[in-house]
Amino acid sequence: MWDLIGVFLGTLAAAAAIGAAWGRRRGGAIAVHGLSLGAMLGFGAMAIVRLLADAPAATASLPIGLPWIQMHLRLDGLAALFLLVVAVGGALASLYGLGHDRPGATHGHAPPAGRGGPGARGVDAAPAAGSDPVPRLLPFFPAFLAAMVLVLLADDAFAFLVSWEAMSLLSWLLVLANHRQAGQEAEVRRAALVYLAMAAFGTTCLLLAFGLMVAGTTTIGPEGETGLANYGFDAIRSAPPSALVTGLAGVLVLVGCGSKAGLAPLHVWLPLAHPAAPSHVSALMSGAMTKVAVYGLVRILFDLIDGIPGAPMALPWGLAATLMLAGGLTAVLGVLHAVLQRDLKKLLAYSTIENIGVIAVGLGLAIAFRAAKLPDAAALALTAALFHALNHALFKTLLFLAAGAILDATGQRDLERLGGLIHRMPVTAAAALVGCGAIAALPPLNGFASEWLLFRSVIGGIALPEPLLKMLIPAVGALLALAAALAAAAMVKAFGSAFLGRARSPAAAAAQDPGPAVVAAIAIPAAACVALGVVPALALRLVAPVATAVTGGSPAALAPLVDPWLLATPSTAAASGYGGLAVAALLLGLAAAITVALRRSGNTALRRAPTWDCGFPNAAPPYPGAPAQYSAASIAQPLRRVLATLPMRARESVDMPEPGERRAAKIETSLVDPAWSLLFGRIERAVERLTALFDPLRALSIRHYLSMTFATAVAMLLYVVLTRWQG
Amino acid sequence: MTAAILWQALHVALMLAIAPLLAGVARTVRARLLGRRGPPLLQPYRDLRRLLQKEAIVADTASPLLRAAPTVVLAAIAAAAALVPSFTTEMALRPTADIIAVIGLLGVGRFALALAGLDAGTSFGGIGTSREIMIAVVAEPAMLLVVFTWALLVGTTSLPAISEFGLSGAAGVRVSLALALVALVIVALAENARIPVDNPATHLELTMVHEAMVLEYAGRHLALIEAAAMLKLAVYLALIAALFAPWGMAPPSGAAGGGSAGSIGIGIAAFAGKMVVGAALLSLFETSIAKMRVFRVPEFLGVALLLGLLAMILLYMTKGF
Repeated sequence: MWDLIGVFLGTLAAAAAIGAAWGRRRGGAIAVHGLSLGAMLGFGAMAIVRLLADAPAATASLPIGLPWIQMHLRLDGLAALFLLVVAVGGALASLYGLGHDRPGATHGHAPPAGRGGPGARGVDAAPAAGSDPVPRLLPFFPAFLAAMVLVLLADDAFAFLVSWEAMSLLSWLLVLANHRQAGQEAEVRRAALVYLAMAAFGTTCLLLAFGLMVAGTTTIGPEGETGLANYGFDAIRSAPPSALVTGLAGVLVLVGCGSKAGLAPLHVWLPLAHPAAPSHVSALMSGAMTKVAVYGLVRILFDLIDGIPGAPMALPWGLAATLMLAGGLTAVLGVLHAVLQRDLKKLLAYSTIENIGVIAVGLGLAIAFRAAKLPDAAALALTAALFHALNHALFKTLLFLAAGAILDATGQRDLERLGGLIHRMPVTAAAALVGCGAIAALPPLNGFASEWLLFRSVIGGIALPEPLLKMLIPAVGALLALAAALAAAAMVKAFGSAFLGRARSPAAAAAQDPGPAVVAAIAIPAAACVALGVVPALALRLVAPVATAVTGGSPAALAPLVDPWLLATPSTAAASGYGGLAVAALLLGLAAAITVALRRSGNTALRRAPTWDCGFPNAAPPYPGAPAQYSAASIAQPLRRVLATLPMRARESVDMPEPGERRAAKIETSLVDPAWSLLFGRIERAVERLTALFDPLRALSIRHYLSMTFATAVAMLLYVVLTRWQG
Repeated sequence: MTAAILWQALHVALMLAIAPLLAGVARTVRARLLGRRGPPLLQPYRDLRRLLQKEAIVADTASPLLRAAPTVVLAAIAAAAALVPSFTTEMALRPTADIIAVIGLLGVGRFALALAGLDAGTSFGGIGTSREIMIAVVAEPAMLLVVFTWALLVGTTSLPAISEFGLSGAAGVRVSLALALVALVIVALAENARIPVDNPATHLELTMVHEAMVLEYAGRHLALIEAAAMLKLAVYLALIAALFAPWGMAPPSGAAGGGSAGSIGIGIAAFAGKMVVGAALLSLFETSIAKMRVFRVPEFLGVALLLGLLAMILLYMTKGF
């Protein structure tokens, strides 16, 4: 198996090399994306085979890395599951890249008639584009994929951190792709800067966490002598540190992985960075990279540091409560932002934050259940979280790629410049509709199945003995319910503004469906969303055994989860369940019956006519000032007013000209993310104050610096002497 | 099994048949309370037939989604109706008669209708959709909390199981259930576009929500939409009855007298009675209250949300409440 992994990683390396050498030539992009696609398909197939066979963990060590430990790799069920997630995202993104980077593949449509607006060339190079392939970025795409895979395979702290940092930096380079594009340099550079700062901060936290975790470990040399700390995951598992250290490490991991996944309040970089990258990279970052961060959370919290014998219960419960509360707040905050966005890709990025929050709630519940010695309930909660992670990878990849198709076709990602695309891009619209329905948790799609499991887990929380958690869980349940409802609203706004109604710009009026590769890249996940919703067992067959193994649940409890007919929870299998197949058949049957009944007994005549819109002309050129069509901002305005006024300080100022004045009326809206106003704004100010405080130290002479160094050395020596003396 | 399929078919037919009647009862009672004679009780049936025979007109800017939406809406709400037990808990779809699935199916209907409102690209559809999603964003979580309350008490989200729990008398009188009932009634008012949230009889731009969303529809499409709205009211009444007043339902076959034709007959009669009383109570409530401003509605629904949360927290603290 490791030789296969070596081949796939080698393929990615070859793709990176080709990208570096021939990226600017014709065919270079195709080779890079084709090879990436092949490697990802290989990884995906391997993951599925291993998950289905319930293969035992396989390990390998490579003679690279730190001299006294090698680089350890390990592929167990958990890693294989996330390998599947990354492979799915990576394969779809590569497929998109394959179709998208072929010159003329997506720009073959007739240029829109630019009446004073952007002409043909102008649309192709339109500000938001990111549609033109950026050859110098080609080597980083397969390298980014390889880094994500290596994070999943790492079996020692060193390999994990190096791959993690490589993943961060490579994705950072990809975010910078459009930094020279006219009109958005400032935005992209700011996104990249914030991302870099947050990534560095997150990795630092993980570094410290691993430092704490390996403190109790030692390496055993060839002659049996004990030596330096052992960074292998096995050593960490077998030598659990003290409760205090574990708690500290747990918090650091929460911050480190949470910042990568986008948990509030560490989510601020995500809506800046994900949309700034080219669309298939955005899809990869939202669909796959956030899942790698979730993997980090699960691996460390469930596998490495949990389960310490004799640790006080307060520790896992504190962690569980933090994770649940952060998850619930993240979900609501993220989706509330999503509803209010006018940039399609930003909307999707915020929706990613929401889904990460949902997953975090599931993880928190699983930790609490496990601490309370309810392994079956823990397995259920973890199954819900992991299933949702898989589902999110599918529908978010789908939607980002659809957004990319829209961007290619129109040069726009501003919802106020789109509209009516369902007429011009029917295939994209159909796939995106499935994706939107799945995010909105509509039955019988996959988003509903995982949310159903999660809601059942929340209800199961009543079995927990800890009173504080019991108070928290209903509140978290309410937050989840609110987030689900808001997600539906956000998707109505996104789909409605982009695809329905009338075009709001000439580019939108001239859009066309993308080429076959891009269509495949969005149609395949759409089909998967339907399949996994109708028969959740298809995915749960892979997910549930992993969750059971991680949480130590009983294999017998798995049966109701992997039943193809009826999805049910272990405790109440006999009483109730959600039959995706039955619901889908019921819906289809009823729809067919209604159609037949209408044919039989109704009037089948159909007339097309202009619509009455209170005297506003409907036939007039619908842009730039589309008369009386509801804008994306107006759709969200009631929600903005009701929900965002308090927590996000949403304000509106209206400038209404007097009667007779000829200037246009103007409305300005403003919004503050509480994470900026409450946390990062203060940090920024504190850093500035500190900088000002230490500023005088910058311009000293060499003799001052030398004496300071000397003083420090003396102080440290004194400390050593004093402590040794006492000891 | 045969009986289960038979009862399921009978149940769906009953729900479809009784829905327009309930709309008629609500209108008639309301008219009488206002001192008018009102339309005949069976007028909604005639309305539907008239609409079915008219030619359908579709806006020239609309996409196929506009034409598909009415079918989707009615199918989704009918699917939800098929899952809510009426006169017996032992129907063919019992294993999947999950209350979260019912909420999800109602959500499918709302999603399709909200998108249809945006399809023609007019301002009325947009205003209807934007207000509808504002209402739904508060109403749906409130309803989920009511569901959670029941699930905590009974230990399952299966609707038939909850009804049987109520039938057995184990639910008793509880503070949490009273709060949940109030919350569910508020949600039902909002979701069915009734006063004080929306006025189904209005055609004034500034006040309408549901009617604005479906303004583009005519002919058979409108018939489906109207039928779906009537059926939705029936689903909510049946849901309230199944959760909070399961009395008269045929007892499960394990219990005494369960599964007999006589108990089914009593069940059907009791169900029809409960539904008619429910529709009459709805009108009584509607005539005694004024319509709210649109931006007062979230506050009204927020009450439901808080009541649901309170009910749930009470149960989490102790099952005694």
